[in-house]
Amino acid sequence: MPEVIVENVHKSFGALEVLKGVSLSVERGEVFALIGRSGSGKSTLLRCMNGLEKINSGRIEIAGHALGEDAKALRKLRTDVGIVFQSYNLFPHLTVGENIMLAPRIVKDVAKAKAREVTREVLQLVGLSEKFESYPDQLSGGQQQRVAIARSLAMRPKVMLFDEVTSALDPELTEEVLMVMEQLARDGMTMILVTHEMGFARRVATQTIFMHKGKIWEHGPSAALFANPQTPELHQFVKSDVK
Amino acid sequence: MTLKTFGLDQFGFLLYSLQWTILLTVIALIGGGLLGFAVALARTSQLKPVRIAAASYIQIIQGIPVLMILFLSYYGLSLAGFELPPLIAAGASMTIYASGYLAEIWQGCIQAVPKQQWEASESLAMTRLQQYRYVVLPQAMRISLPPTVGFAVQVVKNTSITSIIGFVELARAGQPINNATFQPFRVFLAVAALYFVVCYPLSQLSRLLERRLHAGSNR
Repeated sequence: MPEVIVENVHKSFGALEVLKGVSLSVERGEVFALIGRSGSGKSTLLRCMNGLEKINSGRIEIAGHALGEDAKALRKLRTDVGIVFQSYNLFPHLTVGENIMLAPRIVKDVAKAKAREVTREVLQLVGLSEKFESYPDQLSGGQQQRVAIARSLAMRPKVMLFDEVTSALDPELTEEVLMVMEQLARDGMTMILVTHEMGFARRVATQTIFMHKGKIWEHGPSAALFANPQTPELHQFVKSDVK
Repeated sequence: MTLKTFGLDQFGFLLYSLQWTILLTVIALIGGGLLGFAVALARTSQLKPVRIAAASYIQIIQGIPVLMILFLSYYGLSLAGFELPPLIAAGASMTIYASGYLAEIWQGCIQAVPKQQWEASESLAMTRLQQYRYVVLPQAMRISLPPTVGFAVQVVKNTSITSIIGFVELARAGQPINNATFQPFRVFLAVAALYFVVCYPLSQLSRLLERRLHAGSNR
């Protein structure tokens, strides 16, 4: 059974229809890249997957949870689905360690010693073991983003969503974040990422989806999709990418 | 009858009355703080009727003079059969007055916390209560310190209104001394100086906090 199922999802903001019937399914351990121009609906689709945006119609099932109205069920879903944002969104009043421990402690009732252990482990995974006691504003953007990834991982998610997580970073810092994500992919995490990093999508994503005007315009294994665009829109999009 | 002059004894009486001004201020800030906090939370509720009720409360309190709140609680309640001692009536009206303003100040501080903080904590499966308790309020509290201390200055000065219902705080204490000495300028200069001595450090503290907030980090 697929880890993520999206079926004929429609989503409008007021009169503007952003998603016009989107369907996809992601198997466990797969990495999906969502690419497309700004306004093509890719970020909205991602945010629908953990209920940050409410869909108007259609069906989403993720990590064994059906997305619905019930608040408690939605929280249950979110313990299994991590999301990382473009602007990191660390809690500025808490240290790195506290940022990571908070949700496991209060949401999953993990004991303090255990939560510290998990925190050390995920910090090591993103290469920031020595930053446990630092505050977010003492870190570079790339480091903050890696902490944000670690914070999500500490919840032991089954699926990770990445919403343009390197768009606010300069190339050098982008690289360190992408390396962490690539490691995650190798470790078998199911991942869906909205990205502008075409090279990364081509290399790491098992499948790439090109979104255009609120629809899945083209979809296939990354290598083939980038090598042989079938539609003029994707052709144009791939060509305009300088990298 | 000999006329007294404004001397140490009289000044001592003013100092003594200053205690009541301070007590009233503390009552207003604690009572108004608790009530205002509840209203501020209601103002940021997800339920529209709750938000509207809280907004109406703020508008009504801010839309009528403190003096009317005072009269209504003092005379209104005595009409209804409750005979309130001046301290209670004064404390209650100051509490209501302070709650209306603190609610608005704090609502602004809660809303000043970026909405991404809500999204991030929501995505970590926190309940709304947990989001307030661990993520939003700690940040809002930090933002709220300068304007809250600044508002405390207004409360100190506005407690003088309660002299009208016979509550003997600092401003009221000046009147009998003036009646006995006929030195109104000296007497009320002393009264004003005492208000200033309390308010000035508070204003400075508010500015200091403000500077630190802007200079410092988000911690």
